[in-house]
Amino acid sequence: MSAVLDNHGHAAGGEHAHDEHHAHPHGWRRWVYATNHKDIGTLYLLFSFFMFMFGGVLALGIRAELFQPGLQLVNPELFNQLTTMHGLIMVFGAIMPAFVGFANWMIPLQIGASDMAFARMNNFSFWLLIPAGVMLVGSFFMPGGAPAAGWTLYAPLTLQMGPSMDAGIFAMHILGASSIMGSINIIVTILNMRAPGMTLMKMPLFVWSWLITAYLLIAVMPVLAGAITMTLTDRHLGTTFFNPAGGGDPVMYQHIFWFFGHPEVYIMILPAFGIVSQVVPAFARKRLFGYASMVYALSSIAILSFIVWAHHMFTTGMPVTGQLFFMYATMLIAVPTAVKIFNWIATMWQGSMTFETPMLFAVGFIFVFTIGGFTGLILAMAPIDLLLQDTYYVVAHFHYVLVAGSLYAMFAGFYYWVPKWTGVMYDETRGKIHFWWSLIAFNITFFPMHFLGLAGMPRRYADYPMQFADFNAIATVGAFAFGLAQVYFFFWVVLPCMRGRGVKAPQRPWNDPDGKGAEGLEWEVPSPAPFHTFEVPPKLDATATRVLDARVMPERHEPVTGIVHAPR
Amino acid sequence: VQDLPGGPGVRQLNLHAAATRIATEQAWLHWFMLITSTVIFLMVFSVMFYSIWKHRRSKGHKPANFHESVTVEVIWTIIPFIIVILMALPATKVLVAAKDTSNADVTIKATGYQWKWGYDYLNGEGAGLSFLSTLDSTHREMSNDGGNAADKPDNYLLKVDNPLVVPVNKKVRIITTANDVIHAWGVPAFGVKQDAIPGFVRDTWFRSEKVGDFYGQCYELCGKEHAYMPIHVKVLSQQDYTAWVADQQKQMAARQDDPNKVWQLTDIAARGEKIYAANCAACHQANGKGAGPIKALDGSPIVLDADKTKSIHILLNGRGAMPAWRQLSDTDIAAVISYTKNAWSNKTGQVVQPSDVLAQRGK
Amino acid sequence: MSTSTHGSTPYYYVPQPSRHPAFAAFGLFWVILGAGQWINGIQWGKWSLFFGLAWLFGVLFQWFRDAVRESEGGQYSRKIDLSYRWSMSWFIFSEVMFFGAFFTALWWMRSHSVPSLGGLDNALLWPDFKATWPTVSPGSTASPGGIVEPFQTMGPWPLPTINTALLLTSGVTLTIAHHALVAGKRAKTILWMWITVILGATFMGVQAYEYIHAYRDLNLKLTSGAYGSTFFMLTGFHGFHVLVGMLMLLFITLRLMKGHFTPQRHFGFEGAAWYWHFVDVVWLGLYVLVYWL
Ligand code: HEA
Ligand code: HEA
Ligand code: CUA
Ligand SMILES: [Cu+2]
Repeated sequence: MSAVLDNHGHAAGGEHAHDEHHAHPHGWRRWVYATNHKDIGTLYLLFSFFMFMFGGVLALGIRAELFQPGLQLVNPELFNQLTTMHGLIMVFGAIMPAFVGFANWMIPLQIGASDMAFARMNNFSFWLLIPAGVMLVGSFFMPGGAPAAGWTLYAPLTLQMGPSMDAGIFAMHILGASSIMGSINIIVTILNMRAPGMTLMKMPLFVWSWLITAYLLIAVMPVLAGAITMTLTDRHLGTTFFNPAGGGDPVMYQHIFWFFGHPEVYIMILPAFGIVSQVVPAFARKRLFGYASMVYALSSIAILSFIVWAHHMFTTGMPVTGQLFFMYATMLIAVPTAVKIFNWIATMWQGSMTFETPMLFAVGFIFVFTIGGFTGLILAMAPIDLLLQDTYYVVAHFHYVLVAGSLYAMFAGFYYWVPKWTGVMYDETRGKIHFWWSLIAFNITFFPMHFLGLAGMPRRYADYPMQFADFNAIATVGAFAFGLAQVYFFFWVVLPCMRGRGVKAPQRPWNDPDGKGAEGLEWEVPSPAPFHTFEVPPKLDATATRVLDARVMPERHEPVTGIVHAPR
Repeated sequence: VQDLPGGPGVRQLNLHAAATRIATEQAWLHWFMLITSTVIFLMVFSVMFYSIWKHRRSKGHKPANFHESVTVEVIWTIIPFIIVILMALPATKVLVAAKDTSNADVTIKATGYQWKWGYDYLNGEGAGLSFLSTLDSTHREMSNDGGNAADKPDNYLLKVDNPLVVPVNKKVRIITTANDVIHAWGVPAFGVKQDAIPGFVRDTWFRSEKVGDFYGQCYELCGKEHAYMPIHVKVLSQQDYTAWVADQQKQMAARQDDPNKVWQLTDIAARGEKIYAANCAACHQANGKGAGPIKALDGSPIVLDADKTKSIHILLNGRGAMPAWRQLSDTDIAAVISYTKNAWSNKTGQVVQPSDVLAQRGK
Repeated sequence: MSTSTHGSTPYYYVPQPSRHPAFAAFGLFWVILGAGQWINGIQWGKWSLFFGLAWLFGVLFQWFRDAVRESEGGQYSRKIDLSYRWSMSWFIFSEVMFFGAFFTALWWMRSHSVPSLGGLDNALLWPDFKATWPTVSPGSTASPGGIVEPFQTMGPWPLPTINTALLLTSGVTLTIAHHALVAGKRAKTILWMWITVILGATFMGVQAYEYIHAYRDLNLKLTSGAYGSTFFMLTGFHGFHVLVGMLMLLFITLRLMKGHFTPQRHFGFEGAAWYWHFVDVVWLGLYVLVYWL
């Protein structure tokens, strides 16, 4: 991302004769009119970090209100708005676009493609986020305030919301369209643009994880669009989909929503699995253990995710057979996830490990995510869920898998790839501070929520009985500390890298002199990655991790940029 | 603060003390899961940390070369599979028991309103009783005041005006439904939670083995006062329960209003003021000025309108965020409208009679 | 690499930086802002919506024009052709899932919510409601809450059946056009394309008439409870897709008339045709599930 602030639009140090053919716009046009996957990836990442900050500030609003019993800062309406918008913005504005940003940057590099399959549509997917984001953020200023029906937008509560609900629904439509276009782009890129020799079963796992995620997205985003469209017509056109007085059913909304919603949570974790699967082998200096079963595990998780949705609805009063089915199916997901955890550990086993920041975050991910996974399993037991559903235990569960899961994996990915993006190394000490600070603050924030949930504290509560006071106070302190850690991360790690301050990164920052370490085509191009890479497909070695010859297209005469011959 | 018996304890770490067999079994299941998970967790991560410790480059460890083994993969697919099956078996048993709502001794309908619970005793001893259960209004004010933790009582936000009363050791079936949006009726000590869905009935049951007070809350986001619709269940011995039922039936008979009675403004407005304070002031405020999106009643054109049916309609059917108040008696609705039409700066002099309300019901 | 230095088709064409995406998003901002306001009765919303739509169409027009130029200018290699094929297939898949949500709603209401609302369990709440489907059969009130005026249902005869025939025929004429194109008979292709487009337009005309008939004569409205909601949402979204498909075919026809496409390479044509067939298949589902059953 030194390229970010470099107004030539070309990666530093590039004597790329070829680039002269292109009149790249400079200044703001470079970003607004972008068709380059790296630029668009950067845009995605910056946008989602901004939304993460905004969602985080909303979370701090929640936590500040809950610091003590009694209403001190916000009224209950505003509290519900904070909760709802925190959930929506984090899920749709922060985590999902951030992973798309990673996909944009890394997939073409990792499979040896020149760019994404549809470069203009790629930019469209990004720019759609802006109106949607403006709508979501702006809804706070509409009459009646932001939507306050929870991020799940359950009917019939949504029918009582003010005009901002419609803005929210349209924003979600747009976000859905963006996701669908983005996913189609990713699928096509992966299926059609791999360099010769990069067979499906040689693809890096991050690419695999995104291929599967993209399928989940195109399967479920339209379903969400359908659900909220019915909400919209129920609100304004007098249909009665969710109104029993007209023969509809509020529970039907929940079924349709969770048919989307459960795959959605895996949409937020599979790319994280992919990143971790890249980072762990690199720092263990050992190939990923059980590549094939990792791929099968990813696919099984994705397939199973379609038949477990009603575990969010154990208290709606389903027939007992239904509950049993969804309980069993949900618990089954522990099996492929177990395979993944075991394979990562087997990868570390007998390796030669070092613990730079990416590895710290990856190991932190495995450790803390598993706690979240186990609480998920406990929630999956329907009889226990009768006690825990809609309590802070659930809140604890999903922050363990989302924050310590998805977010940590993204931090791991950021530290791992930032030398390639910007051409400079981040400051290792600061990275380590960021990790330990986040890890400790995270657990202070969310661990006590397990106790609150077990003791029965309901979620989405603006005020609570006295007995819950102490753990809430601890969680609030932790939340502010965690937030500050992210501020530190942005100003002391991200910004210096974007400004190009720091040690110049070598082409393969993670490799030992003997060549052991990170593998993959992204390390075959210089740091920072040139503006254009792999404009013609490179010739790969048998493992598809090394470029043997950058010019396999005989009809091309001019030298192709960016591909530096790998010194073997 | 002290622990609240039947409710949460201070810094409570685990589930509530069980008062029913189902809750006992749930607690057992939870322990079982917690222990197995912890054991697996420790096993898995002791391997990882051992490896992290031993197989480090700083210790001079050289990487091995293996990266595949079908045998190992099969083993560690099958073992977790067996473990989850072993976990699912006891869960199935408890779940099936928890869902069996047949042969109840007492059946009570719990209706969720924004934001209170209505209880109707449908079957068994006490059938015919019916009342609303609302958070104690002083607690709601305490919440608004924010303020000092020290002056909040142990049952803060859990105290209601009319608790649900049930007999001990009897199977009580709770039928849930809702009037406006989804709520959820749950009492942790009984191991019970059931969404209350508008337009549909669902059921759940419990058989409390202890007498005493038990507390729960509304567990499904239901709008702004979601945090303020607690559940208080008073479990009485059989004798006390019988006595309570007799007492309630007498009171109900006494409370019956004659729907054809013609009221004087001062009487009905005085009655309306109480109803207003209990039901309306939470949103519209005691001064009738509303707040934020909540409409002011003071000076409201609808309230001032000479056509009384406009106000009556809104109360009966709700409008937008304003819930319907059909559940109140005709006299109560008439009273509260009469009050608002004459309180604050509204000096219309209009009186709404119970018969006016009755005439508009169902229209 | 955008324009090949040697005038030959590049290996994989990556377009120049383009303002269309961001501009289109800008237009959509006004669309959703306006729609969200207008639907709440705020009048300026209308103007925002219209402005946004006009802007959006303007941008899309330029965008498609650029893409067509690139295609006709020989920039699109086999590889890109394949990309388009994949993308169109998966796009259609996502559309199937969208309709899936509404078909699910129909199924759920017919076989779960309506029977259960009229069943024994809920007799406590809706003592007078008898469950039947459609909800207006003899002996039934049209809705549990009595909020639906009596209405008549839309049978399969005659309008929907006519429409089925129209759509099926249009599928055939489209195929004839395709064969003609492959055989290099452009005039014939154009003729059969026009026939297809006209069949599509007629379908929409018939459907418009059907809606008027429903509202005026049958008292069947969006507000007619479970039946009305699902009927209009399913047929309405289908109708919208017919419109989109028909516009696609229309543009393809105009392009054919301008001499675009070759017997070998005409994915634009095929993509539109796939879409049309998808619309066709959804209709068959509707015809059976909404009108017949
Ligand atoms: C990244 C997101 C993510 C992920 C990965 C998961 C993963 C899982 N989730 Fe979670 N979940 C959410 C996000 C996520 N969840 C969210 C956001 C909600 C709340 C939504 C809302 O209501 O707002 C939620 C809610 C939720 C509920 C509903 C709770 C309720 O509302 O009452 C349930 C119930 O079954 C559940 C279960 C699970 C299970 C079984 C997994 C499994 O995938 C976990 C599998 C992992 C492991 C089991 C650990 C690793 C395995 C081993 C170390 C091997 C050995 C183990 C065994 C052999 C047992 N989740
Ligand atoms: C998807 C990802 C995601 C992420 C990353 C987070 C991150 C956080 N969440 Fe989130 N959360 C959800 C998803 C997520 N959450 C969802 C889906 C819900 C359910 C919503 C619903 O019920 O509908 C939820 C609900 C939820 C609740 C329950 C609310 C309720 O039930 O009423 C709480 C309460 O503590 C909470 C807290 C936090 C905190 C403290 C963080 C922290 O990790 C945030 C840290 C980040 C920052 C703090 C920003 C950076 C800092 C600054 C910009 C500067 C200012 C900082 C300081 C001065 C310190 N979340
Ligand atoms: Cu009622 Cu929450
Ligand atoms: Cu789930």
